[in-house]
Amino acid sequence: MGITVEGANKRFGDFQALKDVSISVPDGSLTALLGPSGSGKSTLLRAIAGLEDLDSGRVVINDEDATAKPPQRRGVGFVFQHYAAFKHMTVFENVGFGLKIRKWKKPEISDRVHELLRLVQLDGLAGRFPSQLSGGQRQRMALARALAVQPQVLLLDEPFGALDAKVRKDLRTWLRHLHEEMHVTTIFVTHDQEEAMDVAEQLVVMNNGQVEQSGTANELYEQPANEFVMSFVGEVNRLGDDFVRPHDMDVVLDPDEHTQEGLVQRIVALGFEIRVEFVLGDGTEVWAQLTRGELQRLELREGQIAYLRPSQAKSFNGPPPSDPQGASTPPGPDDGGDAEVSAAV
Amino acid sequence: MRLPGVGAGLGRGLVGLYLSVIVLLPLAAVVNQSMEGGLGAFWDAVTSPQAVASLKLTVICSLIVVVINAIFGTIIAWILVRDNFPGKAAVNAVIDLPFALPTIVASLTLLALYGSDSPFGVDIAFTRAAVVVALLFVTLPFVVRAVQPLLLEMDREMEAAAASLGAGGFTIFRRIIFPNLLPGLAAGVALAFARALGEYGSVLLFAGGLPDTQVSSVFIRSQIESGNDLGASAVSVVLLVASLVLLASVTLIQRWGSRHERSSGGGLTAMPISGDVLTEDKPKERDDE
Repeated sequence: MGITVEGANKRFGDFQALKDVSISVPDGSLTALLGPSGSGKSTLLRAIAGLEDLDSGRVVINDEDATAKPPQRRGVGFVFQHYAAFKHMTVFENVGFGLKIRKWKKPEISDRVHELLRLVQLDGLAGRFPSQLSGGQRQRMALARALAVQPQVLLLDEPFGALDAKVRKDLRTWLRHLHEEMHVTTIFVTHDQEEAMDVAEQLVVMNNGQVEQSGTANELYEQPANEFVMSFVGEVNRLGDDFVRPHDMDVVLDPDEHTQEGLVQRIVALGFEIRVEFVLGDGTEVWAQLTRGELQRLELREGQIAYLRPSQAKSFNGPPPSDPQGASTPPGPDDGGDAEVSAAV
Repeated sequence: MRLPGVGAGLGRGLVGLYLSVIVLLPLAAVVNQSMEGGLGAFWDAVTSPQAVASLKLTVICSLIVVVINAIFGTIIAWILVRDNFPGKAAVNAVIDLPFALPTIVASLTLLALYGSDSPFGVDIAFTRAAVVVALLFVTLPFVVRAVQPLLLEMDREMEAAAASLGAGGFTIFRRIIFPNLLPGLAAGVALAFARALGEYGSVLLFAGGLPDTQVSSVFIRSQIESGNDLGASAVSVVLLVASLVLLASVTLIQRWGSRHERSSGGGLTAMPISGDVLTEDKPKERDDE
């Protein structure tokens, strides 16, 4: 059950959007495809929906080979970044579109549409046109439209990408709740690691058309397979061959054999968090994340010398970052959990 | 833009004067002339067998032409927007040729192609078919040029969304694409129809002014030549009214076709959003990528 993609390749002219990508998404899970633009995450999602044909590879949805099926027969609900609202139809007609095509009777369509509009909190706006809705409302309408036909899987392509920060945050909490209620296998694409970690149970990190690593938010953060994952799922400093998270940079006033000398260049107070920027002897710029209390205890001032001691560091020597097998930190042990996502490159 | 020291009133006055001299006065003169003998004479002139025959021919031929061009114009626009083929730019340029070509030249060309010396052996000159062919030629660009921009700016994701909801190709066209093309199609059809109603040059040489190929414009000319100014102006007024009705109906169809784009329309928008716990952003779009 769930969704499996095996050996997917896709080329657009000279650009290889997907390079032998394989992922497996468990039934009923909420999974994020995370990566920078051009990493192939949207192409992969569209290939699962049948909106993009693969050059080679297989797509299996709920144990059925869907590779050759047209999008109409994949049982997939798709939500687009720019809503793809049918702008000549009312909210009601938009949401009821899939049902009308399935030749549902009018009263049944009406019941189902209103049930969904209540679910996405748009009841009362059924008679409006999409242009009379805000972006967040449009996206919820698009979600209701996708859910109306009871898809086996729900695919969301940067669903909150075109929305304001505040609305985005509300909607992602709401999406998580919705998933808890509906339990439909869901994949959503995002370039925002915070959003992915907030919403998804499992993350698949993509880069350059390949899967770099997959796992829970914690696994990716604590045991990144390579430099790319480490820097993509959080902030990172580079000290020689070592990579250190800013919160793992201890700042002390007395040097010892594990410390490095640094000049405090700038202290930025971001509320509870304090960002202290250093320049090291070799010119490297690094920063440490301190709490307000730590800063007060150290009495740091801009222009002074302090000492840095990484409490935790990772190094990814040897093979290039795109090869997770060669990473010095192995991926987390397979705990056999029901929400495990496996990926092979 | 406002000229320094010149009030908006003066600008409006100038525009009003210009429009009056160029458009309104001549129209009024025609209407006036047609009414010189009173309503009775006007009615007799319009309902004379020759006038009725010419009006009937004109309207029927124009309708046929508009239907054909609505279909083929849409197909041409579709191919120009959605297809890629060598020579596309050239084809795109050729569409405007009927606009640029003097209609009498078009008439000559058609006569050479489909006249008694036709290289294909097709001789339709001086028949009603010739009227239709001539009108097809001169009205070709209208629908193409009205539909093309709508197709260009249409959100392709709508079609993808409809497909993933289970809609097949024909349903997608009928329920998604066509309704979004309708305002442009209506405008193109109406302009083509108006042009066809008044077309003179291309029809004259190719179809001639025989009793059964005489369109209204040719009829008007023949009336003037035979000194029947009333007959000429009466038929002119009928054409004028037909054009006005057409223009009005285009406006109505376009308003209806784009009713969903007037986001501030009606009392619906004023409705409070009840039970909505989510933050409401303004109806605007932002792209982060």
